[in-house]
Amino acid sequence: MDITFQFDWQAAFASIPYLLKGIPYTLLISFGGLAIGFVIGIVFGLLRISPVFWLRWPAIAYIEIFRGTPVLVQVLFIFYGLPQLLGGPIDAVSAGIAAIAVNSGAYISEVVRGGVQSIERGQREAGLSLGLSQIKTFRYVIWPQAFRRMIPALGNQGIISIKDTSLFAVIGVGELVRQGQIYIATTFRALEVYLMVALLYLVITLTLSLALRMLERKGLVGQ
Amino acid sequence: MKRTAAMKTDPTAEPIVRMEKLNKHFGQLHVLKDIDLTVAPGEVVVIIGASGSGKSTLIRCINGLEEFQQGHLDVDGKVLKPHGKASKTLQQIRTEVGMVFQQFNLFPHLSVLDNVTLAPRKVRHASRDEARQTAERLLERVGIADQAHKYPAQLSGGQQQRVALARALAMEPRLMLFDEPTSALDPEMIGEVLDAMRELARDGMTMVIVTHEMNFAREVADRVIYIHQGEIIEQGTPDEVFDNPQNERTQSFLSRVLTH
Repeated sequence: MDITFQFDWQAAFASIPYLLKGIPYTLLISFGGLAIGFVIGIVFGLLRISPVFWLRWPAIAYIEIFRGTPVLVQVLFIFYGLPQLLGGPIDAVSAGIAAIAVNSGAYISEVVRGGVQSIERGQREAGLSLGLSQIKTFRYVIWPQAFRRMIPALGNQGIISIKDTSLFAVIGVGELVRQGQIYIATTFRALEVYLMVALLYLVITLTLSLALRMLERKGLVGQ
Repeated sequence: MKRTAAMKTDPTAEPIVRMEKLNKHFGQLHVLKDIDLTVAPGEVVVIIGASGSGKSTLIRCINGLEEFQQGHLDVDGKVLKPHGKASKTLQQIRTEVGMVFQQFNLFPHLSVLDNVTLAPRKVRHASRDEARQTAERLLERVGIADQAHKYPAQLSGGQQQRVALARALAMEPRLMLFDEPTSALDPEMIGEVLDAMRELARDGMTMVIVTHEMNFAREVADRVIYIHQGEIIEQGTPDEVFDNPQNERTQSFLSRVLTH
């Protein structure tokens, strides 16, 4: 049997310029989706701890549904399913952003809930006893402390969502994996190209990790 | 020098706190039973009693951190209703009533100065400079002016509690509540906090204090209240309550806390 396969570095490097074209899509879908997911997370995370049953209940339903189903199914549903309902097509990038938004939003809701609930009761009581309203107590006392505690978990979710966008090759978004697949189709260099794809994901996620570590260190002041 | 209630309080003035037949339950537990309590302007009332007797719950009702189920309560002329949830009235009361907690509850993400200026700026809409001047004056008064730019975690317990006192005073309250202000402190730091409170009492602040510091109670109180299982069992001047308690449960409590 012939096992003289040679790893072709030249082919690997040659794929990079082509793969780089996928990065703007990967970043746009990840960070666009995460930004919306963060807003969803704040709103639903707070509704989730509301004492009012009719506010809490829809938040629980949302979180359970979108945390309990695969993001791949969610994007297929949005891209192929929703147009049948709406009567018009949805472009693949928008569908990807929407899928990351609703999926990360569910997880971030739980991160927000955990962060807010971790703040000692006495903080709220001190704010209220000074005459701050409920809202001002939240804004100036609870939230800044909760947000600091949420940073590691938010970073986790960011990295997970960036990697989730790789699944969106199936709906034809020209992101990193999709670009790799197209390149392999003409060169047959799967090993080299997927290795480069993996390395490019690593560059993105390591950069994010580093940025978060710096943010956390800055946040340590005064704790 | 010790003043009596009559010297500094005006019996004809409207009381700052008026509680009538106040009852509170935690589920099955009847925590406060038919509490009648009035506090006159300028008066220093010290509440004593065993752990779990309801004394902390009692003062937490005054600024609405605990709700009650039956009875009447008005604070600074504003009525707090039973089952009272968040309301404008409650918030108005809280701007006039300061509180110092057992665990200090300073805001760890804010500097000492920002801890003290937050409420004046966000509630009273004081300017940054105005709030800072007030804060510096108050920090000076409690002896920590030089720590203004530190964060709470960098201070000792005694210093933190004095910051908490300055933070409450920055709202210029008409009444100060103290919920076991020295119970979480190392023994060597209790004195500095009590000194600051003593000075406040001397300046005529109306105070309701829950404490286990019996010597301090005897010294600053105009009136001492002994509470047992949610009931006011005995009250009077410090001399009356400490030297000549009438009720046997008061006698037994005092014999336990005064002997060591």
